[in-house]
Amino acid sequence: MVSPTTMQAVRESGAVPGAGYILEVENVRKEFPGVVALDNVHLRLKRGTVHALMGENGAGKSTLMKIVAGIYTPDSGSFKLRGQHIRLKNPLDALQNGIAMIHQELNLMAPMSIAENIWIGREPVNRLGLVRHGEMRRMTAELFRRLDIDLDPDVQIGTLSVANRQMVEIAKAVSFNSDVLIMDEPTSALTDKEVKHLFTIIRSLKEQGKGIIYITHKMNELFEIADEVSVFRDGKYIATKPSSELTRDDIIRMMVGREITQMFPKDTVPIGDVVLSVKNLTLNGVFRDVSFDVRAGEILGLAGLVGSGRSNVAETIFGVTPASAGTIHINGRQINMSSPSVAMRHGMAFLTEDRKETGCFLLLDIQDNTQMAVLQQRYVNWGFVAQSQLGKDSRDIANRLRVRTPDMHEPIINLSGGNQQKVLICRWLLTNPKILILDEPTRGIDVGAKAEIHKLISNLAGQGVAVIMISSEMPEVLGMSDRIMVLHEGRVTGFLDRSEADQVKIMELASH
Amino acid sequence: MSATQNELGNTSQTGLKKVKRWPPEVSILLVLAGIAIAFEILGWIFVGESFLASKQRLSIIVLQVAIIGIIAVGVTQVIITGGVDLSSGSMVGFIAMVAASFAQTSANARAVFLQPEYVQFGLDWFIDSSPIWAIIVGLIMGLLLGWLNGLVIAKTGIPPFIATLGMMVSARGLAKWYTLGQPVALLNEDFAWFGQSFNVGGFPVPRIVIVFFIVAAICHVLLAYTRYGKFTYAIGANPQAARVSGINIGNHLIKVYAMAGLLSGLAGVMLAARAQSAQPGMGVAFELDAIAAAVIGGTSLAGGVGRITGTFIGTIILGVVTSGFTFLKVGAYYQEIVKGLIIVAAVVIDQQRQNKRRKA
Repeated sequence: MVSPTTMQAVRESGAVPGAGYILEVENVRKEFPGVVALDNVHLRLKRGTVHALMGENGAGKSTLMKIVAGIYTPDSGSFKLRGQHIRLKNPLDALQNGIAMIHQELNLMAPMSIAENIWIGREPVNRLGLVRHGEMRRMTAELFRRLDIDLDPDVQIGTLSVANRQMVEIAKAVSFNSDVLIMDEPTSALTDKEVKHLFTIIRSLKEQGKGIIYITHKMNELFEIADEVSVFRDGKYIATKPSSELTRDDIIRMMVGREITQMFPKDTVPIGDVVLSVKNLTLNGVFRDVSFDVRAGEILGLAGLVGSGRSNVAETIFGVTPASAGTIHINGRQINMSSPSVAMRHGMAFLTEDRKETGCFLLLDIQDNTQMAVLQQRYVNWGFVAQSQLGKDSRDIANRLRVRTPDMHEPIINLSGGNQQKVLICRWLLTNPKILILDEPTRGIDVGAKAEIHKLISNLAGQGVAVIMISSEMPEVLGMSDRIMVLHEGRVTGFLDRSEADQVKIMELASH
Repeated sequence: MSATQNELGNTSQTGLKKVKRWPPEVSILLVLAGIAIAFEILGWIFVGESFLASKQRLSIIVLQVAIIGIIAVGVTQVIITGGVDLSSGSMVGFIAMVAASFAQTSANARAVFLQPEYVQFGLDWFIDSSPIWAIIVGLIMGLLLGWLNGLVIAKTGIPPFIATLGMMVSARGLAKWYTLGQPVALLNEDFAWFGQSFNVGGFPVPRIVIVFFIVAAICHVLLAYTRYGKFTYAIGANPQAARVSGINIGNHLIKVYAMAGLLSGLAGVMLAARAQSAQPGMGVAFELDAIAAAVIGGTSLAGGVGRITGTFIGTIILGVVTSGFTFLKVGAYYQEIVKGLIIVAAVVIDQQRQNKRRKA
């Protein structure tokens, strides 16, 4: 099923089927249990062009790329490569068909040489089956000459900078004679000079007739390198246009253009004194000069794209990764935030972003998961846990948050994601925090549980708790925050008041 | 992105009906019962007598494994944190030597502290003193070495396997260096008392066994009802989450390894008391039997899972197997071969149990 607007968009893009397209992906749908990740999405890649994919976090870009690279198989839709229908079975299959993906996290083997890394599994061998190192070196040098890369094939990967490793990854992709190259935020770790070099290489690949799919969050790059832009939103295809016909504002509007629903209520409550004051907080190489205040009863939203340093700022304030410079004051007193236990002693609580990695004790039961943080402070006499009182209080708080479980001794792994999240919130509420940091409090949670958690956050603010909330979901940030601080590449790019904030302003600050 | 969100968001929702669960020990108890019954049947077939209906045999079963059991209780706690302690056997050897040297009588001309180099430092006053010194020094030594294990692991971040492997080699070296390889014998009778049995209605009960039971009971309470126990499980289950929950992982690990060392020390003292002598080769490979007992008892080497009750039963299983084979007159070599198989089988079962849990 293709909506009239999409058809129009396809027509507007000047796309006539078969005309110089290497890759034509049409009406692709991909569902994961309970979620439609891609809903009838299109992507047509012309020979000799750079095609940028734009969209917010979770718009479906990565899922689409994984389908193109053979990592996922689509549920339905057509997939044509060089005009031929094809069904990719796995990433190796994609590679052999000329589609190479350069991953964000690089997949090179550090102790081996550049040449060995590029030709791994395809080494030139002599009659005895021994590797011809000289030939391999010559092939690498030839490849590098073609791509204008200045590296010694014998150097160990481990000694290279991130930028140079990226060059090796690109060379490796080209060495498969790939026609389609997928680059997922290739410049995220590069300096300006290195980005220039990368763009030179991309242009020469274009001239060789290759098609490049380019995912980025950086607007200025997009206008410099991309020929065409496709925009996605919430798993849906929005439009494809030549980048020359677009302005920055157009793209942002297409990316965020949805109605803000009223499901994120923040009650107006009296805002009190400054509770937490952060000045010039710096973590070398991650973020710099972050300064802000949070007041009792206030919700400060932290917005920014993935990699902007939002979560790192939260981790540093909570003492998980102590700061390299800057100060943190709580109620006017400077605190040396050296570990989470220090932060907790001063009334802080931190709901982390990754429920599995840093939140749940998946092997333990709900009771243990709920009580683990408060044991630092209360409910312990002479080392013995006052289990009956603690059990009763935990159950009370779990009931208040409507954790759906028959028994506090159920293993937490048997709960749904939303209920696990509620248990983690219970863990922190038991400690009676004065400052609550929430990193993606509703990620991966269904709508009902989401609304409950929002209501709870709002209530806590009403009780005078200072809340810092990080979220990738714009409507959540806009609906819940009294003020919004926007980060871009580790720097604060601006503050927006509740009254003046909208999605376009946030995106502008976030993509700078 | 949306894929992972989704996996998180849609873990299967359990119904609200309360699920009745057997305690995990039940399955291990069944294994124990199965093995015991197998030996009973084989006993009647091949030996013509009952395996279980012998007071003496039942007492030996426990006596044989009491020392291993004391170590296993300590190593269980280490394994629950996600670590391992390979040094317990060597520590037993070293501490048995030290404790024995403090309990030696002056009647023995070779008494360690009557050697000129010790007399010169005034250390000879230990000779013929109360055996309580031997016990105290042994326990302190164990605590100290275990604490050192923990300190190295907490401060350098090297894997516990390596840190305790180093201690295993060094402590064995210490045991040999201490008397330059000589055994320490002829201990005073008060000290040997700890290694002997007393009679309860014609049933000989070794004191070591009582010590093992008390140690197991205390540590069971520690793990199940104290903050120390809760943090031990938390660190093994998810160290990152434990850290964010405000737990000082380094400090806690030091406590757990010190506890394991203390129990190795106790095992060393008890071994010397029972043997009424000590030699540097004592306790070789005890750490492996202790780890085996813990794993058979359901402790997961991945950390976060395990109970002292399980380790207790696991220890008894090892005892029953050893005793049963001896009863059936199976040669010592075959015994070892089969014991190895039992350990591997236990870990395979443990892993399958974990996989099932993950899929749940």
